[in-house]
Amino acid sequence: MPKKLVVIGNGMAAGRALEELFARAPGAYEVTIFGAEPRVNYNRIMLSPVLSGEKAYEDILIHDDAWYETHGITLHRGKQVVEIDRAAKRVVAADGTVAEYDQLLVATGSMPFVVPIPGATLPGVVTYRDLDDVNKMLEAAQNGGRAIVIGGGLLGLEAAAGLKAQGMEVTVLHLMPTLMERQLDPSAGYLLQKAFEDRGIAVRCKANTHAILGEDRVTGVRLDDGTELPADIVVMAVGIRPNAVLAKEAGLETNRGVLVGDDMRTSDPDVFSVGECVEHRGLCYGLVAPLYEMAKVVAAQLAGDGTATYTGSVTATKLKVTGIDLFSAGDFGEAKDRQDIVLRDAARGIYKRLVLKENRIVGAVLYGETGDGSWFFDLLRKETDVSELRDTLIFGQSYVGGAPLDPMAAVAALPDDAEICGCNGVCKGKIVQAITDKGLSTLTEVRAHTKASASCGTCTGLVEQVMTLTLGDKFAKSTIEPLCGCTDLGHDDVRRLIRAAELKSIPAVMQELGWKTSCGCAKCRPALNYYLLCDWPEEYEDDGRSRFINERVHANIQKDGTYSVVPRMWGGLTNPRELRAIADVAEKYNIPTVKVTGGQRIDLLGVRKEDLPAVWADLNDAGMVSGHAYAKGVRTVKTCVGKEWCRFGTQDSTGLGVRIEKFMWGSWTPAKVKMGVSGCPRNCSEATCKDVGVVCVDSGYEIHFAGAAGIHIKGTQVLCKVPEEDECIEVIAALTQLYREQGHYLERMYKWADRVGTDSIRATVVDDLEKRRNLYDRFVISQRNAQSDPWAERVAGRDAHEFRPMANFTLAEAAE
Amino acid sequence: MSEWIDVGAVDDVPVLGSRVVQAASGDIAVFKAADGTLFALRDRCPHKGGPLSQGIVHGHSVTCPLHNWVISLESGEAQGADQGCAHKIPVRIEGSRILLAASALMSRAA
Repeated sequence: MPKKLVVIGNGMAAGRALEELFARAPGAYEVTIFGAEPRVNYNRIMLSPVLSGEKAYEDILIHDDAWYETHGITLHRGKQVVEIDRAAKRVVAADGTVAEYDQLLVATGSMPFVVPIPGATLPGVVTYRDLDDVNKMLEAAQNGGRAIVIGGGLLGLEAAAGLKAQGMEVTVLHLMPTLMERQLDPSAGYLLQKAFEDRGIAVRCKANTHAILGEDRVTGVRLDDGTELPADIVVMAVGIRPNAVLAKEAGLETNRGVLVGDDMRTSDPDVFSVGECVEHRGLCYGLVAPLYEMAKVVAAQLAGDGTATYTGSVTATKLKVTGIDLFSAGDFGEAKDRQDIVLRDAARGIYKRLVLKENRIVGAVLYGETGDGSWFFDLLRKETDVSELRDTLIFGQSYVGGAPLDPMAAVAALPDDAEICGCNGVCKGKIVQAITDKGLSTLTEVRAHTKASASCGTCTGLVEQVMTLTLGDKFAKSTIEPLCGCTDLGHDDVRRLIRAAELKSIPAVMQELGWKTSCGCAKCRPALNYYLLCDWPEEYEDDGRSRFINERVHANIQKDGTYSVVPRMWGGLTNPRELRAIADVAEKYNIPTVKVTGGQRIDLLGVRKEDLPAVWADLNDAGMVSGHAYAKGVRTVKTCVGKEWCRFGTQDSTGLGVRIEKFMWGSWTPAKVKMGVSGCPRNCSEATCKDVGVVCVDSGYEIHFAGAAGIHIKGTQVLCKVPEEDECIEVIAALTQLYREQGHYLERMYKWADRVGTDSIRATVVDDLEKRRNLYDRFVISQRNAQSDPWAERVAGRDAHEFRPMANFTLAEAAE
Repeated sequence: MSEWIDVGAVDDVPVLGSRVVQAASGDIAVFKAADGTLFALRDRCPHKGGPLSQGIVHGHSVTCPLHNWVISLESGEAQGADQGCAHKIPVRIEGSRILLAASALMSRAA
């Protein structure tokens, strides 16, 4: 007499468990299945090809009607089980159908997670979980129109690609900074985003959906920053959660999912659970491979093999979008005892990264070429020692055992007509000839004579190898100081390549320029953030995480962890109202020190971090804004009182100072820029030791630059003399813009001037009127996005998490 | 009192960022690396007591905002030529919640 097995759920995990069971113990059970969907078991992971039109429903069936018949299964389609009565050992469906069991298998799967925002239940908002969802999307796609996919994970991206293939205009909104951040590191995430954008799918990362808009049907979404995007359909693909409701109601132990032991039994020994509804050793799985491994164990246990155990799975992910090859497995976090092997081929869009720990692969990310994914995954799961394979490991299985290539030998083997520099079409023979004929010995000379590596510079390494081959020991490699330990490139090269290759994000720079670390360091990230901000003022979004704390919270950190706050006083002018507000703030927040600075400002020292937003709010109310005393940017314009009061004054130096400051505040620069305007050569505002100074004379304005009074004391040099205020401002803006575009991060203006030469600066911003005008125009453009008061933004709630502790337990203990 | 105390949600800590947990024993900095791994250290640089929570997070390290010491998030040890240790505090993740060892939150005198 066969025992009765009831299965709740007709998905892939249950189907696989039954297949395994029938193979092991044919006829041992009389099986009854309840499935909430009105159809047989189909391959849910192939829904994406159905959506994109590459497959039909019939193609993805796993079990047809005949299969159920052959195995004598009673299948209740479209019947949802509403109760498990463990005492009576029976289950009850919504329509009253009852089935008794000896053994029960709970395979209720998972539910799509719906973000609880306004409008989430409007018609036109769909999840991506089953065939009904796909049909809804296909129906919407018939009329074309716009689709928004919320969620840039595996499912969301597959949905986006499918909808695009169906002719819709698609935008993906993703909360995190890079796509699929749980499976991919930022470099691969960046390549993936690029691939989607190349297909015409818009991707917005760091996009937090605030509400779904529409009256009786969805019409669009609104983001946290107020942006509204129109949409005819919104797909929510932000994740899944185990469906453990029924099990919980039946009194089985549950947490996030149905708790099972290694034998796949729940807290009731007659009840098993399998699939996405399961929580095993604290983990829930949403990929198919672990579910199949669980199914095997369930089947073995049901067949009477009490020794079968499931001990957890290592998972691998593949994105099923035609034309995009992506594979990720294991753990690719950085740790001291781990080593990276990275292969980047930017031009072909290939990125491979293996993470090794004690000579074993613990993680793998492959993008663009995933053929070796299964081989790496196999080495990972088997924990194979790869020290023997290491030299050629990253090239894949076909290179195992081959002799490692000596890069010099490879270059030596190149024929004379092999192209070295693609930009300028320079072949190896030409470089060798130039070196021997002209007696060249430095990279700069070779660049000057042959143009090899003079454009994008990515072939610099190859050119250097050709030089080493030709010159031997006579070739001393250039000693350019690298930007930091993460790259061999210097600041100039990085800046040039950012522009040449139109790199517009930090991951893009790191990927295309072959960064040696996965996410940079505290030296390169602030530099890259500045370079990108400077070069792409209208596109690049400032990355707060790559800014020093002072620029992140817009105040200066002090030795005890408190902050100092300096409100802007234009040109050093203030008035009773502002002074009163400053006095009130100092008293209200118990600010211990109030000091006058060298830049003619008032500094409030010792402000507690959590008080910052309130302090700013009060100062804002009195009309004051941030003084940027913390910024690698335009700081202060110090002035004297000029001809308005002074008996020696020749021009309105105070007015000019205020005008310059109001025009230039908010601008980010490589290092701080301090300015001064003096009304006569007596120079009371000390303009001749500033980064930029103006000394007024009877006939006009003498513009000075490249001074400093810090570690080094340096008097300014005269840049030029101009007759009018307007021209004075134009020259100063052009000078500052040139410095912004050429300066190395943290390099003060006087050091920049020493490096590039004052003559070249003068030739550009004084003598060449067209260049001056263009520089001025670029400065004006960058100011459009720079001049918003950071204090007011934070009073309004931006980056609120920066100012609040996450939790406070200082009092909790006292209360005990 | 249990051995672990829930101090917040995993999502409360920004990637490549940090949040402070105020405790009787002094501030604790909870960090999240680019790969999502969470770490907790005493919010005091072993050099001059700088608040590490305010530093730039890179890889599994943080750079102190006061004098650029680089501290390992895994061990709390200063990297490179510098020597010193910001004590590491055991972290456990349960679902979407961050738990810290209760003993680390209590005042040291207790």
